[in-house]
Amino acid sequence: MRLGIDIGSTTIKYVVLDDEGRCIDQDYQRHSCQITEKLIEVLQKVSAKYNQPAMALAVSGSAAMGLQEKCSLPFVQEVYATRIAATKTLSEVDCIIELGGEDAKILFLSGGLEVRMNGTCAGGTGAFIDQMATLLNLSAEEMNEAAKQAEKIYTIASRCGVFAKSDIQPLINQGADKEDLAASIYQAVVNQTIQGLAQGRKIEGSVVYLGGPLTFNSELRSAFDKTLKLTGICPENSLYYVAIGTAMLAEQPVSFAEAIQQLQTMDSSSFVRSLPPLFASEEEYQQFYNRHQRNQVRVHEPKEIIGRCALGIDAGSTTVKMVLINQQEEILYSMYQPNQGNALQLVREALIELFQKNPQMEIVSSCVTGYGEDLIRSAFGVDLGIVETMAHFTASRKYMPDVDFIIDIGGQDIKCFKIHNGTIDNIFLNEACSSGCGSFLQTFANALGYDIEDFSRLGLFAKHPVDLGSRCTVFMNSSVKQAQKDGATIDEISAGLSISVVKNALYKVIRTADARSLGKHIITQGGTFYNDAVLRAFEQELDTEVIRPNIAGLMGAYGCALHALRHCPNSSSLLTLKQLEEFHNEIRYVQCGLCNNHCRLTVNQFSDGRRYIGGNRCERPVTKKSTAQDLNIYAVKRELLGQYQPIPGSRGKIGLPLALNMMELLPFWYTFFTELGFEVVTSGFASLEKYQKAQNSIPSDTICFPAKLVHAAIQTLLDQQIPAIFYPCMTYNMREKNADNNYNCPVVAYYPEVIAANMQQVTECDFIYDYVGIHRKNDFPIKIHKILNQHFRLGLREVIKASKKAYEAYDQHLETIRQKGQEIITQAQLDDREIIVLAGRPYHADPLVSHDIDKLITSYGAAVISEDVINEEVGKKELGVWNQWTYHSRLYAAARYVAKQKKMNLVQLVSFGCGVDAITTDEVREILEAQGKIYTQIKIDEITNLGAVKIRLRSLFAALKQEEENHD
Amino acid sequence: MTDNKVLFTKDMQKDYTILIPMMAPIHFQLLRNVLVHSRYNVELLENTGASVVEQGLKYVHNDTCYPALLVIGQMIDALKSGKYDVHKTALIITQTGGGCRASNYIYLLRKALKKADLGFVPVISLNLSGLDSQPGFKLSLSMLQKMLGALVYGDLLMDLSNQVRPYEVNHGTADQLCQHWIDDLSKQFDRRQGLSIGDMKRNMRDIVMSYAAIEREKKELVKVGIVGEIYIKYSPLGNNNLEKFLAEQECEVKLPGMMGFMLYCIYNGVEDVKLYGGGWAKKQLMGFVYSLVLKLEKMTIDAIRTYSDFEVPGSFPEMKEGAEKIIGLGAKMGEGWLLTGEMVELSKSGFKNIICTQPFGCLPNHIVGKGMIRKIREQDPECNIVAIDYDPSATQVNQENRIKLMLSIARENMKKAAGESAA
Repeated sequence: MRLGIDIGSTTIKYVVLDDEGRCIDQDYQRHSCQITEKLIEVLQKVSAKYNQPAMALAVSGSAAMGLQEKCSLPFVQEVYATRIAATKTLSEVDCIIELGGEDAKILFLSGGLEVRMNGTCAGGTGAFIDQMATLLNLSAEEMNEAAKQAEKIYTIASRCGVFAKSDIQPLINQGADKEDLAASIYQAVVNQTIQGLAQGRKIEGSVVYLGGPLTFNSELRSAFDKTLKLTGICPENSLYYVAIGTAMLAEQPVSFAEAIQQLQTMDSSSFVRSLPPLFASEEEYQQFYNRHQRNQVRVHEPKEIIGRCALGIDAGSTTVKMVLINQQEEILYSMYQPNQGNALQLVREALIELFQKNPQMEIVSSCVTGYGEDLIRSAFGVDLGIVETMAHFTASRKYMPDVDFIIDIGGQDIKCFKIHNGTIDNIFLNEACSSGCGSFLQTFANALGYDIEDFSRLGLFAKHPVDLGSRCTVFMNSSVKQAQKDGATIDEISAGLSISVVKNALYKVIRTADARSLGKHIITQGGTFYNDAVLRAFEQELDTEVIRPNIAGLMGAYGCALHALRHCPNSSSLLTLKQLEEFHNEIRYVQCGLCNNHCRLTVNQFSDGRRYIGGNRCERPVTKKSTAQDLNIYAVKRELLGQYQPIPGSRGKIGLPLALNMMELLPFWYTFFTELGFEVVTSGFASLEKYQKAQNSIPSDTICFPAKLVHAAIQTLLDQQIPAIFYPCMTYNMREKNADNNYNCPVVAYYPEVIAANMQQVTECDFIYDYVGIHRKNDFPIKIHKILNQHFRLGLREVIKASKKAYEAYDQHLETIRQKGQEIITQAQLDDREIIVLAGRPYHADPLVSHDIDKLITSYGAAVISEDVINEEVGKKELGVWNQWTYHSRLYAAARYVAKQKKMNLVQLVSFGCGVDAITTDEVREILEAQGKIYTQIKIDEITNLGAVKIRLRSLFAALKQEEENHD
Repeated sequence: MTDNKVLFTKDMQKDYTILIPMMAPIHFQLLRNVLVHSRYNVELLENTGASVVEQGLKYVHNDTCYPALLVIGQMIDALKSGKYDVHKTALIITQTGGGCRASNYIYLLRKALKKADLGFVPVISLNLSGLDSQPGFKLSLSMLQKMLGALVYGDLLMDLSNQVRPYEVNHGTADQLCQHWIDDLSKQFDRRQGLSIGDMKRNMRDIVMSYAAIEREKKELVKVGIVGEIYIKYSPLGNNNLEKFLAEQECEVKLPGMMGFMLYCIYNGVEDVKLYGGGWAKKQLMGFVYSLVLKLEKMTIDAIRTYSDFEVPGSFPEMKEGAEKIIGLGAKMGEGWLLTGEMVELSKSGFKNIICTQPFGCLPNHIVGKGMIRKIREQDPECNIVAIDYDPSATQVNQENRIKLMLSIARENMKKAAGESAA
């Protein structure tokens, strides 16, 4: 007999094989971190059941890795085990897809063996589904059932769990059906698996599904089937393939007694990197507790509320908070509840109850903030709406007028702002990648079988909190895995998680090195800071004492109430009790046809005939206003690029992918080839459909989104069967005066190589991707002539002539952008509008790359120009960086110009995963802040949720407005 | 932001300690000794551990590549350790001047120092492009020659140690011998010896013969090649002691040497002119230096071939040839086409199992590493490559798990091959 044990991130499974290799016994259970104990249990059980002192056995799985070294249990790599089991028990399998608790694997068995595991960034799958189910307030089984009823699929970012989450949350808040969301989540897992793991290899033939998520969720299987256009099978024992393979590979008999003995005496704490404890003693905790007890906002909750008062609602991503204050700004009533995915009903019920209990209460003004602001506001006729940051700021100032710094860690976001001269001076928001926030702790607590309060309390007195790093949630999963493997206890992990939330906020979001830069008076708020472990970790990390108001979780709602009271309307439009009781809403979904985005709109139809539209990227479906009058250079750029239409020529068609640097060089190459008699066809701007079609050929899942879109552009050209595609490698860009050098970034420079190596179909056409240097104007025609003559017959003289025209067209194009930009600036100044320099790269003109953030800004009434409009000289000596990339040098120049201008501010677009921007963002920030300007950074990826972006922009505009008021 | 850089003046030469961050242990010990003998008071940093990473995370933008984070973290950690008088300490860092982020390390270091209230510590840039000069630190021709010598010897010692270590009968012999040679060569440099062509030939012969004399066991081990971003590839701090881990897994490891990288940097100057036109003089000069260094490489290879039965490392021209089949030689940022070439060459020379190490989000490696694996395997289906990302939070358990998967397949292939040759 042979025993195989598979210890994964969440479960322990075992199988026993008889001498013929048949599976005669199997079992699985969750191990809740108690790996050694559970393993001993299994060994004892099997030993007793079969009455054997020893058996050939081996262990496998991520949590079992250390056991080989520590107690000489034979170890088998789990993917390898799967393969062995599959090849021996199943016949004619081409491909295996195995999803585990936190791993995703694809094994290609036929036609060149390949085994793939998800990279460190691609996030978990089983854990991801669990997390999403929690978010929908469904059990895993209920989610599978729900998905069966789905009618439509939403696009949910599939790149990593955190992104997906921030896509789903707004959908929940907009009132999308759980059924549809459940199916969409499965689809996201499918997309993620295919994009992250297949990496250009087609999944076809006979496909087998293995592992927990695929065994238990029929709808996940059918999502795979539909996407892959085949019918995969989920064999018997699909949960146990790793264990079976492990058993098959077990050779040496191991004595049960010896193994158990070794496990019991195993030194498990040796490799854990530990941190100092949060509290050394109970007394220390008491002291800390008492100190924070002193920070009280007066809460006076009478039996019955009588008279005039103001209402504040904070409809957050995971919770709803309400506060009612009287004319003296005292809190009369407060409510704090998880929103259960249905904020609308929750608020309605709370309001009805409030009105019923207090017939003599008169709400004279109301204000709402948070993710659900728009929906709640239009549903219940709330008078005012403000951006979260302003709400928190208002509350904090009331509490502490000389506050310097506010940090709010909520369910899903971290908001921090610095206060200078009574205005918000600098805003830090977490990017979609690093939201290690409240819900993150909650999810972990639940996964380990605790509720959040108990879980975090466990950590308070942990002797050696584990060091879990400070990256995003997905990384945290594997850090916890490692800690578990090394035998860390639950309390150590709990403390470690609290500390990592804090480190994440400090080093990833605020990017500070010490407390001094934050100021003297720091207020912490948001639900997460109710957690003493997090608060303590924060103080420890900064080595300073901070203030946590007793209403830390209610500050947003309190700020809203204060705002409502101070901006009291003549008569409140808030629905009355009767209206509330009659209130109901219906949700419809329509596709917006006002522009090419075709946003999927969620239309809430309320009982009194009003309606609310969600899911829109711009304000057009709401206001019906055309964007023609907008002052927007990005619109101008798109229009300019659209003018390069194919002109039939004698030399036939040549295709140019409109992506990355081609977005700026199109005038150059278009003119060049058109002059030579080619019919130049471009791929046009990117679209999500094009992208999804080509995404399986992307070899590196962590590369930036603009680069991924090259695959889509090339695919578009291939589909049109253009005989030749021109996409040159370009180490160098044009020389511009400001830079130390004129490099392209490595990705822009060499992406054609990646295309050639990973999109097999390009071999079917003439794919020209030679190295070209346009920076040497005189050499260029000779070199390009030589390159092109390998494919066509061209005369040198005509190439020289075309080159000259090409350079002229390029210069003209840049000049036009500058001119149009200047016109926008002049017009905006005449209109007294704010001007936003939306600074990025030329390829941010693509509406999919920039997610129409330009349009979003103009919808707030500001004018938008881009970095290449500004023609500013920067001395080399004046920069703190080596200014070697052409596109990036423009950023510094723009920042220096903006720093000197009135009513002009810079918003920098940064692609997730862009290594170069780690350098440029810091420098641009420093340039602006030295002149007292607010720096705003927006990180973008495939993510389509603009919620965080809106907060950022609205905060910016609110701060600018406030600043202006203060000056007047 | 604009700030005046702190100068490393001539006066400082006398009583300042210059700290060098660690990368490839063998090469850097030799380099340190070259600098010491050029009358600079230098010290090679050996501090590792969590606090290095912590300091890096604290003072460097967290999205910056991992090598920058580690190098800067190591320096700040050392400065804060109390071991040095910070007002009598300077730092040295390499600057390549290419299109990769690495050219910016020095600026990131200066920013980090300022944030850590150590802005007064002078930073010296070590580069061949004449960037960022300092009055108190000049690379003389003789120093350059010695440093080049250090790299040549370093490559030889590293390669031979790797070939002997897994098979040696008496554990530790290879490492002891390596240390012996580091000391011996440093003393020779000090006496202005060891760097002439004649001396080098003699030393190389002696080195090769001394390694060949070590008693070795005959056994069949899994052969694993390591390529990648230069810092992560060589630095145990960067790659979580990858070589040690592989040794524990009973593998023979091979790392392509640093000469290849030198030659690659030089050759790129030639290739640039070829691709884009321009400076005849530049091409001639680069061509001259190129052939000079190439000669040194050939000497090394000849020594191994003549005086031992050790495997001969792939030469630069072979790497170039291998690369050209996969990628254009114009791809010259970071490790560029060389990385691709190294993978091809390793596979050709029997190291079919390859770990491609890279910092998480390393831009050039998206192209030349991960981007080319598919094409390499198309031409060489036996090639078993795993790409491993390194960053402050990528956990060792994840990395090792992936490597173990690669090794499982490697062992299976080895068994299969043994079976076939038996049959």
